[in-house]
Order: sequence, then structure tokens, then C-alpha cells
Amino acid sequence: MFSLRKKRLMGYALFVLTAINGVAFAQTAGKTGERFQGIGREATSKEVQAWDIDVRPDFKGLPPGSGSVQKGMDVWEAKCASCHGVFGESNEVFSPLIGGTTAEDIKTGHAARLMDPAFPGRTTMMKVATVSTLWDYINRAMPWNAPKTLTTEEVYAVTAYLLNLGGVVPDDYTLSDKNIAQVQQRMPNRNGMTTQHGLWPGNEFANGAKQGAGQPDVRATACMRNCGPEPQVRSALPAHASNNHGNLAAQNRLVGAQRGVETDGSNGKSGKAETKAGASAGKAAAPTALLEKNACIACHGMDQKIVGPGFAEIAKKYPGKKDYLLGKIKAGGTGVWGSMLMPPQPGISDDDAQAIAGWLAGDSAAKP
Amino acid sequence: MRSQLMGRVRKAPENFVPPQAVGTVFAEAKAGRRDFIRSAFAAAAGTVVASVHAQQASVGDGDPNILELPAHSKGLGQPVVTDGYGKPSKYEANVQRRQSPGLTQTKQASVSFAPLQSLFGIVTPSGLHFERHHQGWWDIDPSKHRLMVNGLVKSAKVFTMDDIMRLPSVSRFHFIECGANTGMEWGNVAVPTVQYTHGMLSCSEFTGVPLITLLEMAGADLKKGKFILAEGADGSSMTRTIPVELITSGEVLVAYGQNGEMLRPEQGYPLRLVVPGVQGVSWVKYLRRIEVGDMPYATKDEAVHYVDLMPDGQHRQYTSIQECKSVVTTPSGGQMLLDKGFYNITGLAWSGRGKVKRVDVSVDGGRNWRTARLEGPVMEKCLTRFNIDWAWNGEECIIQSRAMDETGYVQPTYQQLRAVRGTRSIYHNNAIQSWAVHANGEVANVQLA
Repeated sequence: MFSLRKKRLMGYALFVLTAINGVAFAQTAGKTGERFQGIGREATSKEVQAWDIDVRPDFKGLPPGSGSVQKGMDVWEAKCASCHGVFGESNEVFSPLIGGTTAEDIKTGHAARLMDPAFPGRTTMMKVATVSTLWDYINRAMPWNAPKTLTTEEVYAVTAYLLNLGGVVPDDYTLSDKNIAQVQQRMPNRNGMTTQHGLWPGNEFANGAKQGAGQPDVRATACMRNCGPEPQVRSALPAHASNNHGNLAAQNRLVGAQRGVETDGSNGKSGKAETKAGASAGKAAAPTALLEKNACIACHGMDQKIVGPGFAEIAKKYPGKKDYLLGKIKAGGTGVWGSMLMPPQPGISDDDAQAIAGWLAGDSAAKP
Repeated sequence: MRSQLMGRVRKAPENFVPPQAVGTVFAEAKAGRRDFIRSAFAAAAGTVVASVHAQQASVGDGDPNILELPAHSKGLGQPVVTDGYGKPSKYEANVQRRQSPGLTQTKQASVSFAPLQSLFGIVTPSGLHFERHHQGWWDIDPSKHRLMVNGLVKSAKVFTMDDIMRLPSVSRFHFIECGANTGMEWGNVAVPTVQYTHGMLSCSEFTGVPLITLLEMAGADLKKGKFILAEGADGSSMTRTIPVELITSGEVLVAYGQNGEMLRPEQGYPLRLVVPGVQGVSWVKYLRRIEVGDMPYATKDEAVHYVDLMPDGQHRQYTSIQECKSVVTTPSGGQMLLDKGFYNITGLAWSGRGKVKRVDVSVDGGRNWRTARLEGPVMEKCLTRFNIDWAWNGEECIIQSRAMDETGYVQPTYQQLRAVRGTRSIYHNNAIQSWAVHANGEVANVQLA
């Protein structure tokens, strides 16, 4: 009798814990598998190996291997420089990777320029505290248009080259799984991160923290009457910027309590300010899908230069030169439009390359 | 009596009246020149070729939209299933998600903003949900998609979509906000409308399986395993360290459903993580792997990006919670009020720490506040719609909203926020938004001293 009652009580207690507290629920883990029979299966070790690619700050997950600065420079110029610049300094496609750190930062572990509000922008090397992050970033997500295609040696080498550009390792350095922990001790902003804030909901970072889990740092009060000073506008968009986001009248519904403001300067004569994109390059319509599929538009605008020239500029310069353009699309090049290199495009199919070259050359038979 | 007449007349024919003309019309209206008003609006409407559906200014014998029966009242309409997966009315073509020109240099690592100024209630239509891609989006074959659970587990597991969709599901409404939402406005006004100031915000009903279920099935060691890594299957293979607190509470979902349909490809079809109250970057799309570990991972998007620079030069790392915030969506920047008189000021409020408790609205730049009506249901870590009556007297004014959540946290002013965080942190800007209404009815984005 007594034991039955005790069991019931325990059952009730467990039920309450389960209902109100997920941690308690987690303790019932063993039963979950039985409850959901036939669902999911064990992963094979090869499967885990294929996908478990992350590298942590303690270098767990880092595959053995090495790569030299010299090798890194070769890989960089072939596969990375077109977006990031030869020295990792380019601001044309992504924020600059290198710059803003000093030999003194390598000693202190703080990128001193982060304290200067006047310093323009922040490079990756100024921010990143952990060298594992660079390795993991390059390994999982680079090159941008062909991620996960670098060999382990290439990832080490490119990481070494970046570290060399940042003054962290010398020209003759070879980075490896054996010495990467020493490199960590020279990262210019290795002491630049803090977890002492209230924007993480758990207690995991709270060891001796001034701010506990989830505790806000900004504390306002809800005054209701005669609050604060008389309002003064200190910032508004200048009139010349009113059309920067297109015609706002075309971005609001046509019925309701209000309309969008006309910002295209036509005083209502046209609602079409937004639709003139995609100007003609050659004579046929732009093969937009092909350009997007092959990531051409990452570097070329329809009209304007991004990294490389705009399609309209190319079309103007090479009318009828389909074969020349076909060669350039496939083999890449540099020097015609500036020093920025266009990498070879081995991934593009013949049909796609033909169609794009034909379109640029103004070939009337070219099909979009 | 005159003011009543004005109220009937001032309804503008279209959105084609330039600001100066509206001002003139108001001025003339005050002087009682109704004939002038009629012709001013007629002229404005006349400039529009095939005006979509002009609302008549003058009544006369009556509204021709009433007196002359339209084709749709006298003809046969379209058959069923003209469109097997229906689309909005063609008259809604202005309601689009949009890029902010110049914000990003590529279209694959970019953002599109949801048109908050045109949305009702709390649910974002799935096709208007804001987008943030780091290396382009994909439409992945769900029959080939897999989710792996490994790390500090008894046995690493693989689940197919069939497996996951066989498990007991839950459906919950939550907001998702990019940590960088309103990030362009830290220093000064940078963009014109609420779409661009606050449009990296959406809200959906998500359907899926609590992540804790899958971790238990794998026998996860959650005593040692204090940190979870979530990883995506796309080129960027987005990885983020996920707060275990929200997993053991059962809040974090492995979701496949969104607003009654499957996730849209731009939102991670067929599987994404839902991390309520936490910034969008942690809601990993195309979710392929969950790893249980004993330390945080310092991934690219928590060690190079999504770190908040403080005035002392330190970066805050693993900032996750989206703090209590609100914004008036109508009237809002870039809009034009066409008449004095009654308006329903409406907007959205949300908190990553729980439910919204109260929203106050000011129409005098924050000097005096009135408490708005909250439209139910008010849910945890979900958008809440607020409304409040307002009669515009035609004078310049500044509209603001200020939310408070159930923890007692009050949304700060820009001054209060900057006093602690400076102006360079990019992320987690939850300051009170100000919209200035000019005498001509034009609404503009402003920041106050």
C-alpha cells in the first residue's frame, strides 16, 4: 500500500518535472528511443567523417596536415584574389580581410584601432580572435562560388598566407596542425572578445560574470507624462537621397489610410522608376537565369562595374566578337579592364558559355 | 460644418498627388474653395494613364463606381483552379520584399526586407518573409536531405525527412529577426521606410519536432554537452553555437512547416532550426547536422561576423537574444497621409525574452504617452500587433512606440542605447523609432537629439 502510494507520488513528481522542466525531461533520454521505434538509424563512421568538418578553438576537428605561405600565395592568386584583392585588402566584393593590425597588437592581443571610432571599417584580421575560425571558414565556405573544393593542404596554405599578410607569421612559414596552437598566441585580436553580456540566455558564460544570463545592460523606464526634453530632430535623410531606394510610391499599397510618397521626381507622371533594371547588353534579352546560375552577376553588373566591367560595357566594346568573348569567359584574364583578375570558369557548360558570349556579342541568333 | 465637408472631400484620387499639391489643396480647403480642390485632384488623377482604381473626389449625383455597374458585376468570372497555388491580386504588386541598394555588393550574400508597411496582423506571408543568404539559396530535394546528430551522444544518428515528419510535431508562432535589423541606423538616419529600417523581421507559425527529442534519441550527454552546434547544408554551411537552455526547455525546433505549407526554399526548405527569441542567423537553414559539444565553437558567424563592437574596443561574442522592440508600421516613413482626421496608428512589438506586456505610443516625440491596445493572441517570443486611435489635426508631429516585455524591460531611446553600446556595434539596435509627420502629410524617418 505504502509503496504503491510512493510510486504514484514519484510518478506525479516526475510528471510535473517533465511538464515544467525540460532538463528533467532530458533525464528520461533512454526511453525516447524506445518510444520512437523504427525512426532514424545509426550513422556510419564514414558518414560522420564526411560531414563533421567543424574545427573548434581548441583545434578539435582539425585534420592533420600543413601548407606553406608560398603555396598559399599561389592558391590565393588563382582562387581568392578576384574577390578579396591580391593582398586581401580589396573592398570591392567583400569587406577587407587584412589591414588595421600592428606588431604591437600581436604582443597585446588587442587590435588597438578598434578603440578609435574614427578608424574606417574593420577587417577580418582586426576582429577574429581565434585562428581556428579562419581555418574553418576557408575550409567550409571558400572559394565563395565553389565552397569545399580546396584540399586540406590548400586550406592550411591559404590560412598561412592570410596570417603572413597580417604580419602574424613570416614569409617562410609552414602552418600545420602541430604549430597552429603557437600561432593562436600571436593572433592580433586574440583577447578582443568578451562573453560578459546578457544577450546569451543560458548560464554557460556566466562564470563570475558581472552580468548574469539574459540580464539586460540598457535600463530604460516607461515615463508617461512630460518626459524628456522638447523633441529636436538631429538626423533625417537629405533631400538628394530621397530616391536612393527607388520610388516609394511604388512600394506602398494603392488603397488604405495612406500612399507612398512620390520620390522619382516625376510628380506622378510615371510609376515605373523601379522597372528599368536589366538594360540591354547586346540586342537580345539578357540570359538572366544563365548569368545567375553561373554566378557571373557576383562580379558583373548589367550596366555598371562591380569587380569586372558591366555587361553593357563589354557588349559595347566587342560587338560581333563572340569567339573572343567565349574564350575570355572560359579562360578568364586580367589587364583589359584593370588589374583585377577574372578567374577561369571551368564549371560553366559549353551551351551556357555560348549563349552568354552570343548575347554579349549582340548575336541576333543568341537565345536568352 | 466646414471641417466635416473637408473630411468628405479630401480623400485623394490616387497616390499620384505630389506633396506640394497636397499642401496647396489643404490650404485652399481651409479657405473654403471646394471647386479648386476638385479640379486640383482631377488634374492630378488625369496625369495617370489608365489609373488603377481612382477613388472619386467628387460625389455629384453619386459615385460612378456605384451608379455604373462594373464588368465584374455583369459578366462571368474565372473558373476554379486557374492557378493551382494561388497568388495575390495583381493590384498588390507594390507589396514586395526588396533589397536596400548599396547595402551589399553581391546578390547571393545579401538581404531582402519584408514590406512591414503593408502587412496586417502578426503573420508574414511566406512569400514576403525577409531573406538573408550567405552564399545563395537552393531548392533542395527533400527525399535526399538528411539530418545527422553526432558529438557527445551514445550513437550518432541519421534522420531522413520521412523520419522527422513521422515524429510527434508541434506548431508555434515565433518572430525571427536578423541581429543586424535596424543596424544601418545606429549612427544616424540612413534609409527612408520601415521596410528598410525594420524589415529584417518576420513572423510565422512553424511546425516541427523539438530538437530535444532528436538529441534524446541519440542519447546526448547534456551534462557534459553544454553547447550545441547547428550546421547547414548549403555552400556557406552556416554554423552557430545554440543555447542549450532553449533546447532543454523544448523551445528549439527542427522545423519543416511554415504557415501551413512547407518552408519556402529561401527559408531553408526542407529543414531549418527555429530558435525562439534568438537572432535569425542561429536559425540555421538547410539544416544538415547537430553536434553536441562541451565548448562554444567560435564559428565564422560568431567570431568574424555577428560580433558587437563596444565603445571600449571589445567585441561581444555569442550575443543572441533579440531584446524587446517595437515599431509603428503605419503611418511610417515614406508614406503620405492624405487628409486630417482619424487614423489607426498600428505597429508591431516583440521580445526575445517572452511576451510583450505593454506598448505605449507618443505623437509628440516622446513627451507624453498613451497605452495602445494589444491585439491577441499575445504569444511568447512572437510578434504582437498594437493599435491606437489618433486624430491628426494637420500639424507637424512625431510618432513613436515603446514596448515593454513581461520581464519589465523597457525599449530604450537612442540616447539610452548609445550611452551603453556606442554607435559601432551594428547588431542588436532595438531603439525607439521616430516618424515625423509633416504638415503636408508626408511621413519621414528621423532621429531625435
